[in-house]
Amino acid sequence: MMSIVLAIVIGLAFGAVLDRVGASNPNFIGKMLNLTNLNLAKSIMLAIGIGSVLMFGGQMLGLVDVGHMSVKSAYAGVFIGGLMLGAGWALAGYCPGTGVVAAASGRKDALFFIAGGLLGAAAYMMTYPAWKNSGLLDGFAGGKVTLGTVPGAKYDGLTAFPGDILGLLLGAVFIAVAFALPERIMTAKSKAQPAE
Amino acid sequence: MPLNWKAGGLLLGLVFFLAVLLVKPIGVSTQFVILDGIVGDAVNSELVTQTDEGYTSTNAYLAKSNGKYAKSVANPLNYSFVFVLAMALGGFLSMRLRGGLDQAERSMPALWRANFGDSTFKRYALVFLGGFVVLYGARLAGGCTSGHMMSGMMQTSLSGYVFAAGAFAAGVPVSLMLFKKEA
Repeated sequence: MMSIVLAIVIGLAFGAVLDRVGASNPNFIGKMLNLTNLNLAKSIMLAIGIGSVLMFGGQMLGLVDVGHMSVKSAYAGVFIGGLMLGAGWALAGYCPGTGVVAAASGRKDALFFIAGGLLGAAAYMMTYPAWKNSGLLDGFAGGKVTLGTVPGAKYDGLTAFPGDILGLLLGAVFIAVAFALPERIMTAKSKAQPAE
Repeated sequence: MPLNWKAGGLLLGLVFFLAVLLVKPIGVSTQFVILDGIVGDAVNSELVTQTDEGYTSTNAYLAKSNGKYAKSVANPLNYSFVFVLAMALGGFLSMRLRGGLDQAERSMPALWRANFGDSTFKRYALVFLGGFVVLYGARLAGGCTSGHMMSGMMQTSLSGYVFAAGAFAAGVPVSLMLFKKEA
């Protein structure tokens, strides 16, 4: 019961924040990915950095349960799937979470995204044995690993570097990059120049 | 208008931290599979079945990891599924509080309209295709933007970096090709 209450509270907050940062607005996803407005990318980098610093800092102080970490396996299919997701994300302007939030906030096109997504997920469920047999789902570099070795975690480290310290450092790097990233990379297309 | 990037990033970071502090890292895309399973099991009750040890399925994907997904299909009132429903409600309330969505944006975003015209059929068909590719890819990868990219990189997990590299390696060129006009 407690877990359902937490699901509601954290889910409500997550949905509301995705709306407020503009992540569920496909205009901002499009402008981030075509490099004309990186404010959303800056928010995302800052969020990862802050999350990382608080989580690893909290672990070092004994305030955050290391057992709550959940590290996914690294395998070739992660990259292939990432490419697919990236292409569809650019086309639609939605990813799974933001598509749900967008549909709820009144975007009718997002309902088609969810319908396509349910079909895509079902297609994967049907074709999963072929991927499994291909070996592309077999973990590489240790599979479920973190970049450093996090004390007390059930996951191996890719390196022996203390994972909590590395997490703090990388968190600081993400925050620094968020500030350093320009708001725009692609220059504005110049308006047609009047003939002289 | 969205929050400025610093306030938005801070709030987003706090939510990701809160999730891992209180429960576990945020993830969404698995719930598309769970909803498919719920629908599938309603049509064909043989899809998910209870065993002595837990749950299993005639579908190999639902049955993997000792029927972890099959169990969620059989018990939809679980943390991760309710979380996604609550996300939808959060997005709805947040949009309401700031006055609702502009009428023109309801069918398609302005950036799309500037580049591809205002055919709703074209927008809906291509977004449907996009949704298919996104969720197929997310399940192949074992996570999406929230689970792999944000929760993953926040935990310094190797897979998060591999996923983000793939997502941006495809997302940026595709977007540059598609959206040449600004809106």
